[in-house]
Amino acid sequence: MVSNAPLLSVEKVSASFADRNGQLAVLRNVSFSVPRGQFVCVLGPSGAGKSTLLRLLAGLLPASRGRILFAGQAVQGPQAGVGLVFQDANLMPWRTALDNVALPLELRNDPDAIDRAWDMLNLVGLRGFEQALPSELSGGMAQRVAIGRALVQDPQLLLLDEPFGSLDALTREKMGEELLRIWELEHKTVVMVTHDIHEALYLADRVLVLGRRPASIKLDMQVKLARPRKLAVRYSPAFGRMAARLRAAIEN
Amino acid sequence: MKNTQDHSERLTWLLGPAVAALALLAWELVVRVTQLPAFILPAPGAVWGRLLIAVQDGTLLRHGLVTLQEVLLGLAIGVLAAALLGYWLARSPRWERLLAPFVVASQSVPIVAIAPLLVIWFGPGLLSKTLICALIVFFPILINTIVGLHSVPQELRDLMRSLQASRAQTFRLLELPAALPVFMGGLRIGATLSVIGAVVGELVGADRGLGFLINVGRGQYDTALVFVAVFALVALALSLYGLVVLAERRWLWWQQKSNPSSFSYGEQ
Ligand SMILES: Nc1ncnc2c1ncn2[C@@H]1O[C@H](COP(=O)(O)OP(=O)(O)OP(=O)(O)O)[C@@H](O)[C@H]1O
Ligand SMILES: [Mg+2]
Repeated sequence: MVSNAPLLSVEKVSASFADRNGQLAVLRNVSFSVPRGQFVCVLGPSGAGKSTLLRLLAGLLPASRGRILFAGQAVQGPQAGVGLVFQDANLMPWRTALDNVALPLELRNDPDAIDRAWDMLNLVGLRGFEQALPSELSGGMAQRVAIGRALVQDPQLLLLDEPFGSLDALTREKMGEELLRIWELEHKTVVMVTHDIHEALYLADRVLVLGRRPASIKLDMQVKLARPRKLAVRYSPAFGRMAARLRAAIEN
Repeated sequence: MKNTQDHSERLTWLLGPAVAALALLAWELVVRVTQLPAFILPAPGAVWGRLLIAVQDGTLLRHGLVTLQEVLLGLAIGVLAAALLGYWLARSPRWERLLAPFVVASQSVPIVAIAPLLVIWFGPGLLSKTLICALIVFFPILINTIVGLHSVPQELRDLMRSLQASRAQTFRLLELPAALPVFMGGLRIGATLSVIGAVVGELVGADRGLGFLINVGRGQYDTALVFVAVFALVALALSLYGLVVLAERRWLWWQQKSNPSSFSYGEQ
């Protein structure tokens, strides 16, 4: 029973912000749960509340209603075991790539921080760039560092908010492949926000679509494509059908 | 590539002394042509001679050290107070909004106008000068501390929060390094202002220091001595500024790599 319990469960969660004319309701009655090891992508129109949802999951923002359980515990603030990747790499410009990756361990006074960060940089394909500053890295490389920083503390749950949003299409594809490779190695539970339908289908086991504000879950779709996936999977008819369904759900 | 860079580097280094030499030449020429008496405009040679005397009889060192002490003490106190208040204000927006008008208004009171008051209240010694220096340094440091802290990206704050960093860790690993570039900009201004503060205080009332030396020179028609004191003050301000720039090179190496400031000549 315990092993079957979902890692993450979101129960009737609503979120709103105070604004000039009272309250802006962003999420309304959002419920879903994520079993261990699943790769979930969240799609939705701009301003739907995707980032807000991720901030709720990360414990950076309190829900105005409902509750979120992570590993059976109610989320009441940021907690260990969750790795976060933002839209832009969000690195510290005064730290080298290596030191940026080591940050989460350093905060925990881990004596092996540097060694583990070194291994992590290798894993994300940045061998030889340990001493580079963020200003010396390309957008894709910086995002790899950010992913390494999120993974280095060996989190159970990885939250990504449009992690490749600022990259060009080709780099984006490469980074997607890379992320899949790492995910297949480490088998984390992943919740990733994206606005790219193809990216979501290529990566995810399951796609959630948020509607317009105040948003709830409009579509919860399993992606039954065999793994490991090749980029060419995009040209299969099944892929096309699912893409059309997602597009329709997002657009109305 | 590297060679041309070295070349232009050397040119920049030569430019300073060349301009100084030209200025000296012009000065000498003005003295010769206009035949002004020495108590109005002494020749460069006369000032040089006066400098040697002031160095030999220990006058310059004695008064210079007094001023240096006032400048450093005032700078330290002003920076410390402003940085602490700035940190607090940056973290409490309500207090910042409440106090900002007063802080800005306090700046419209010219320091020259309140210097006499401070000398009356705290005597002609070290204390009043230190206070004047601290006051004049306070504002730029306060503003730059606040602006620097506001420049810390919210997303990095979120990151630190999601990593459950403690208050102290957030300060040491995020706020301090992120605010440092702007803070150091304030320190550059503060360091030179502190010298001005000390001289203003000494001119108003003192029995030692470089400002006092200027008063003595003026009173005795020893204009060459006034020049000596002024040059000593310039040297003092420049050295302090240079020290701040050196500190920046040490602490902000990550920034200089991408955009070296044009206010700190020289190579890394
Ligand atoms: N801190 C905040 N204070 C007030 N309103 C906010 C805040 N954060 C977000 N909002 C509002 O909540 C709504 C949802 O924002 P959110 O960033 O979650 O959208 P999103 O789905 O991530 O959009 P995008 O795809 O453009 O990133 C927006 O209308 C936004 O203006
Ligand atoms: Mg967003």
